[in-house]
Amino acid sequence: MDVAIKKSLQKTACKVRMGVIEGTFNAKSGHPGGSLSISDTLTYLYFNKMNVDPQNPDAPERDRFVLSKGHTAPALYSVLAQKGFFSVDELKSLRHIGALLQGHPCIHIPGVDMSSGSLGQGISTACGMALAGKTDGKSYRVYTVLGDGEIEEGQVWEAAMFAAHYKLDNLVAIVDNNGLQIDGPITEVCSPEPITDKFAAFGWHVITMDAHDFDSIDAAFSEAETIKDKPVAIIQKSVKGKGVSFMENQVSWHGTAPNKEQYDQAMAELNAQLKELED
Amino acid sequence: MADVIKKATRESYGEALKELAAEYKDLVVLDADLAAATKTGVFKKACPERFFDCGIAEANMMGVAAGLASCGKIPFASTFAMFAAGRAFEIVRNSIGYPHLNVKIGATHAGISVGEDGATHQCNEDIALMRTIPGMTIINPCDDVEAKAAVRAALDFNGPVYMRFGRLAVPVINNAEEYKFELGKGVVMKDGSDLTIVATGLMVNEALEAAKLLEADGISARVVNIHTIKPLDKELICKCAKETGVIVTAEEHSIIGGLGSAVAEAVTECCPVPVVKVGVNDEFGHSGPAVDLLKEFGLCAENIANKAKEAVKLK
Repeated sequence: MDVAIKKSLQKTACKVRMGVIEGTFNAKSGHPGGSLSISDTLTYLYFNKMNVDPQNPDAPERDRFVLSKGHTAPALYSVLAQKGFFSVDELKSLRHIGALLQGHPCIHIPGVDMSSGSLGQGISTACGMALAGKTDGKSYRVYTVLGDGEIEEGQVWEAAMFAAHYKLDNLVAIVDNNGLQIDGPITEVCSPEPITDKFAAFGWHVITMDAHDFDSIDAAFSEAETIKDKPVAIIQKSVKGKGVSFMENQVSWHGTAPNKEQYDQAMAELNAQLKELED
Repeated sequence: MADVIKKATRESYGEALKELAAEYKDLVVLDADLAAATKTGVFKKACPERFFDCGIAEANMMGVAAGLASCGKIPFASTFAMFAAGRAFEIVRNSIGYPHLNVKIGATHAGISVGEDGATHQCNEDIALMRTIPGMTIINPCDDVEAKAAVRAALDFNGPVYMRFGRLAVPVINNAEEYKFELGKGVVMKDGSDLTIVATGLMVNEALEAAKLLEADGISARVVNIHTIKPLDKELICKCAKETGVIVTAEEHSIIGGLGSAVAEAVTECCPVPVVKVGVNDEFGHSGPAVDLLKEFGLCAENIANKAKEAVKLK
């Protein structure tokens, strides 16, 4: 990947992470861990891949995105704000009464293509969008991000079967494989492994990538575009809490907001990372 | 008397979809391996490229419908009421209801008249479940004419609609030439002054028959057909409460949470009068021929008439 583009994406991803911390800190609740693990992927999609226009968020020809793991809305909102769908200031009122930004994605928020958050449902709605595109011969693509714990939901596999049956090659499902869910490591709670084999067995083309390396991300999404007659699953190896030292790989940061001290430390770390990228 | 023509409203559903396909280009139909039973097979045969079988996976089907609707399609997600409202409830709530998407749910085999399949497939709870979803419209047509009109009305309405159809062939009581369907408006089928029977679905015909039985006993019963259970025609219900002083409701559904509950909720706010409910009591059904089950569970003219006689004494 072009070095300048990569650096630009890294900087944007850092700002997206700051938005995640800003949002969850001000909300005094929310899910920072899984938001930080998908921040690079969402940054790549919205700044380097998807055809979306903040000035025309409902354009019929746009690419679609469904955050099936809807509890990580802070990452989606933060990337939408960076992209210009609404002000970055909105992030400060995340989850507040009367605010635009709901605890989980809501279709009425500019840039949000589908309400989601009840796990297992987003991938089905993404299938519907992809089917509509195929039926109408449109060229838009549909992306959806699922959690690795989320795929324990049976509906995910109903959708997986459906997508392969209808050859939805305009659909890419990204599984955020950070290995942790609320009750602990996914392999201890009720293991969904082997994830790649499962999607392959359901008739999907499976790609693995490093969720925090833009070269790897770029290679995965570029490969996805070349696949015909099959939906694509990208299993991304990620780090829950990525970018904030004390949150990394800690299941306790699944659904806990930082306090003032933790907020200050997290923002200091992210500012340092940004400064390093800008130097 | 001329022979009564009978037809199941699920037949009307399949035929209406086929008839409306040319006019509504965005209409697509989804089913969950029940196309022969829900009668969407009629549409599939005519428009195979606009029919998508989702297999035995109702949860996913509802989500797919939501995604299609978000891209401008008008999907009719079709399966038995038990699975549409029961199994897929939470998907209907969160993926269709919350984003208020233009999805039409065609729920067939509703109520106890499913017959021989027994309790697992006799859905007497769907109206109750669907009523609690904000913004959900619920239509329960009484015959072939009304069912077909309901499908068109659902197409012309922008928002989620739950349509309830039956397996059993029921008398066609409306005249197709004269019939006009108005979403959210109750229909006075017969005037009367001593009480009002508010009925829905196949119980409308039973209510009309009950009114005849009551007439022989000198009781004048008004019969109102509520095809749209939500939004309920509260104005008409309250007018009837005021004018006749007592209401008997009749539905092929649990007495908990259905039409009877909706009517009772309405009159307590505008004109509290006794509301006596005819429906499936708080119990499961069982196997048997549909017509026998309807009698056994009191979903018949005789039971409505008996309840009506008791009801007028409460005035």
